[in-house]
This record gives sequence, structure tokens and C-alpha cells, in this order.
Amino acid sequence: MKITTSEIEHVAQLARLSFDPSEIENFTRQLNDILVYVSKLEELDTRRVKPTTHALQLTNALRKDEVRPSLPIEKILSNAPERENGGFVVPKVI
Amino acid sequence: MSNLIDLSIYELHNILKKREVSAIEVTRAYLNRIDNVDPKIRAYLTVTADKALAQAEDADRRLKKADAVTPLTGIPMGIKDVICTRGIRTTCGSKILENFVPPYNATIMEKLEAHGAIMLGKLNMDEFAMGSSTENSAYHPTHNPWDLERTPGGSSGGSAASVASRTCAGSLGSDTGGSIRQPASYCGVVGLKPTYGTVSRFGLVAFASSLDQIGPISRDVTDCALLLNAISGHDDRDSTSASRNISDYTGFLTQGLKNYTLGIPKEYFISGLDSDVEKSVKHAISALESQGANVVEVSLPHTDYAVATYYIIAPAEASSNLFRYDGVKYGLRVADYKNLMDMYIKTRSQGFGPEVKRRIMIGTYSLSAGYYSAYYKKASQVRTLITRDFKRAFEKCDVLAAPVAPTAAFRLGEKIDDPLQMYLSDIFTIPVNLAGIPGISVPCGLTSNGLPIGLQLMAGHFEEAKLLTVAYNMELALGLCENWPIP
Repeated sequence: MKITTSEIEHVAQLARLSFDPSEIENFTRQLNDILVYVSKLEELDTRRVKPTTHALQLTNALRKDEVRPSLPIEKILSNAPERENGGFVVPKVI
Repeated sequence: MSNLIDLSIYELHNILKKREVSAIEVTRAYLNRIDNVDPKIRAYLTVTADKALAQAEDADRRLKKADAVTPLTGIPMGIKDVICTRGIRTTCGSKILENFVPPYNATIMEKLEAHGAIMLGKLNMDEFAMGSSTENSAYHPTHNPWDLERTPGGSSGGSAASVASRTCAGSLGSDTGGSIRQPASYCGVVGLKPTYGTVSRFGLVAFASSLDQIGPISRDVTDCALLLNAISGHDDRDSTSASRNISDYTGFLTQGLKNYTLGIPKEYFISGLDSDVEKSVKHAISALESQGANVVEVSLPHTDYAVATYYIIAPAEASSNLFRYDGVKYGLRVADYKNLMDMYIKTRSQGFGPEVKRRIMIGTYSLSAGYYSAYYKKASQVRTLITRDFKRAFEKCDVLAAPVAPTAAFRLGEKIDDPLQMYLSDIFTIPVNLAGIPGISVPCGLTSNGLPIGLQLMAGHFEEAKLLTVAYNMELALGLCENWPIP
């Protein structure tokens, strides 16, 4: 096995997800199948190969640092599950 | 006059321009068609009839004054529900965005509006474009117009099924690993994934940012070129947007194939390739040869590693992109939670479907401490090898010709419980995204039981014109589809 149920639980915590005990077994098996499949990349010697993170050789596109019109706050907040005084409301953190 | 919904975009444009028909009449014909046919196909998630009729009135004013009329003025289109449309719900096929109404338009929506195109509604898709059958939509599956028990492909299944069932004149989809080309192939329509950077991604909900690209789905190659004209071009709101502007792709269509060399990648003709698919694809290649193209065999030796590479890179990027769905700024927030962490976890666990969770988990795992080199870095290196394969192949040929998928459309339910089998249906489309090159699916025949088969053409970066030239010549050689399915 490439991945165990307890590792799945740890990764789920990192990903901010949780799984029912009933679904976790099936999930572990499916993830394991996928990880076994992708491990075929180990067959290739890539020691001297540079990684590609982007298909095109692009450089950062920077615009001038100047004030431009942006969407009004009400519009930005219009999809928020909870809002108050021009801000997003989140559960108390401290 | 033949039925309005049977006309291609350029045919519609000709009669709209001559005022033989109004944009309102065309739009009504399509809304009617949606009412009659879409309950069986279920390509649409949202139909925007009122907005469409208002846009049609506006288009008619422009057509009447011959003011700023383009080939898309008054043309009714469908838009994949991953593209932000101001004031119109945009769900990405997910429950987590069930009530999301974007306060802004994607750049391509502004472009379409500037052309006076009409939006009929938003089209179904696999949740967050993750899937190959549209069965991962949190709302409902879409049915293939050629056989209602089969999938239209995915993730742009709604975009392909709507064009094939003629519930829109053309549509837009997005393609991260084959999500335009594979459904286009399964539904017998033309689907183009442009070179990375050709079409602005501003307002396209992100899945895997280094692979995602928007492209057109249409009934024929000419319509494809017209749609590409409208949506391509530099956008300073997308930092990966390329600045190559070709104003009219239709100009390339009628060039002959005299100086063209077609490369046939031998790794795409493997065991597991359906015999009907192989026969049709080879027939199409011979047709192109008889049109004057040279045909040579080429090799893309790392093809067999593309799916594994993709299923590390795409989930890694997705796991990062999808962290924004946290119940704070937009989308779902569950009602009962104990604290902030509990709110995040419950919201995401209830809001995302199984395939999205699988990919977030794979991505989080492969990027987590201790695994980065073995997975993400390794995959990024293999991506270089795959890209290099294409560069070498294009030293010997102009355009590669191959199947789009190993089989024609599979049955609904056939692969849904086996994610890995589902992933392998994208084996021939994924390499194109990894290399960032353009690819097109063009109908090239039917299986013995009447299902469409697509030929895939691939070219070097920004060589869309070559793809369209070869695709158009193939259309001339094989003839256009005349017997659209009657769902």
C-alpha cells in the first residue's frame, strides 16, 4: 500500500476535508490505485532534466502601480454567506 | 428556408446580415428547441431566455443599422458554466457554488457581448471540470444526443451535447486535459483547445492554471475559426496571456495541403484502441494524403507517461486553487459549526463531490512535506520530456494526426466507480495540455453502431492556422455531417 487510512486522515486534515468512516476505506483503495499508477514515472531517469512548470516561457507581466477603478465593496460582498460593515464575517478566532 | 437551427454560424450570419431573418426569430427558434429537446439531453444548467431575447433585440438594432456587425452578431450561443457571467449564476457544476452570481464578466464574455452574440444559457459540466463524462456534475448527468444511454464525454459535456443536439449554434468549453476535444469527439462536433495563452483565462474559474484553456465547440471548422477570431487575443488581466494577434483565422482555411507534412505518432495506435476508431482515423489520414499532404510516421516516446504526469500536476494545482472555497467570501457555508476550522472542514466536505475531493487529496498529498520531490518535481521533469517529444516531432512534420480517444462514447455509469479507468480515457488528449500546444477534434466517421469518432490534429505553439487548414481540408474530403441525431 502506498497510503494508509491514517495517512489519509492526516492529508484530509491538511486539505480541510473530512470523510465518514464508511467512505474512507473505498477512498483509501482508490487513492492507492492512483498512486500506484502514477509511480510508473519512477521508471524514467530525470536526474538531468529541468522541470517545466509552465508550457510557455513567460516572464512576469507587471502593470504600472497606479490606482484604477475596481468593483464596489457591496458587489464584492454580495456573494458572502455573512457580511457586516463592509467586511466578511467569520467565526470568532481569538 | 431550411430550419433555422440547422444552419451553421456563417450561414446564419449571411441571412441575418441580409435581414432575411431577425436575431429575435433565430433566438426564439433556439429557445423553442431547448424546450423541446433539452429535457432529454440535459445540456443546460441555466437557460437565460429573457436575457437572450433582450440581447437579440439589441443585435437586431445593430443589424438594422449595419452598425458594428460581425459574424457573431445575433448568433445564439451556450457557455460552459465554469465561465463567469455577470449577474448570471455560475455553478461550475458544484453545490459549493450553487448560488454564486459573479459580479463581473470573464474577458471572453465581454468580447462576445461586443460582437453582439447572444447567450442562451450556461452548460453542464463535471464539477470544477474534473471528469470525462459529465457524470461528476453535482446537478445531473448530460446525455449523448447520438445515444441517450451514453455519456457526451466531459468535462465540457454540456457544451458538446448542446451543439450536437442543436440547442445552440456554437458553444464555449474549457480544456485542461481533453475536456473540449474528448466530448467534441463523442458528440460528432468540432472542438478546439487553443495554444496556452491564446484565449484569456480572466473569469475562467481555475482548475489547473498551467493547463486550463478556453476554446470553441462548433458544428464545422469554419464556425470554429469564426469563434476563435472572437475570443482570442491579448488581455492584460491575465498575466499568462500571449500577445500574438491573428485577426482572421478563416483566411487560412482554403489553403491547400500541398506543402504539408502530417506526422502519425505511432504511440497513439496501441492495443486498446477500438478497431472502428482506428479504421476511421486511418481513413481520414488517407483522405488527407489524397488531398496532397505528405504522411510520415513519428514517435512521441513518453506518451505512456502523460496520464501519470497529469494526475500529479493537475491535482496539485487544483488543491491549491480550490482552497478559496472556504465558506467565507462566496459560495456555501454550512449552518452548524463549532469554530473556524470546523466551518472550513464541514463546508468543503459537504460542498465538494467525490471526484473533486479525490483530486484535492491527491494534490495535497503530493505537495505535502516529504513527497514533493517524488511526485510534483518528478512529474514536472517528465512534463519537460513530453514537451521535448513534441518539439522533435514538429521538426519532421507540420501537424500530428491521431485519435482523440481510444473508444467512442462509453455508457453512462460504465466508469464512474473506477476513477483510474475514467482517467485513461484521456490518454491521447492530455499530452497536448502538458506541452501547451493546440489540438482540435474533427468528426471523421461513425462506429458500426453509429457513434461519432473524432480525429485529433495537433500542431506547435500558436500554429492554430495549420490545424484549421488541415481540419478544413479533411471536412472537404469527408463531407460535413448531414444526419444530425434526432433526440
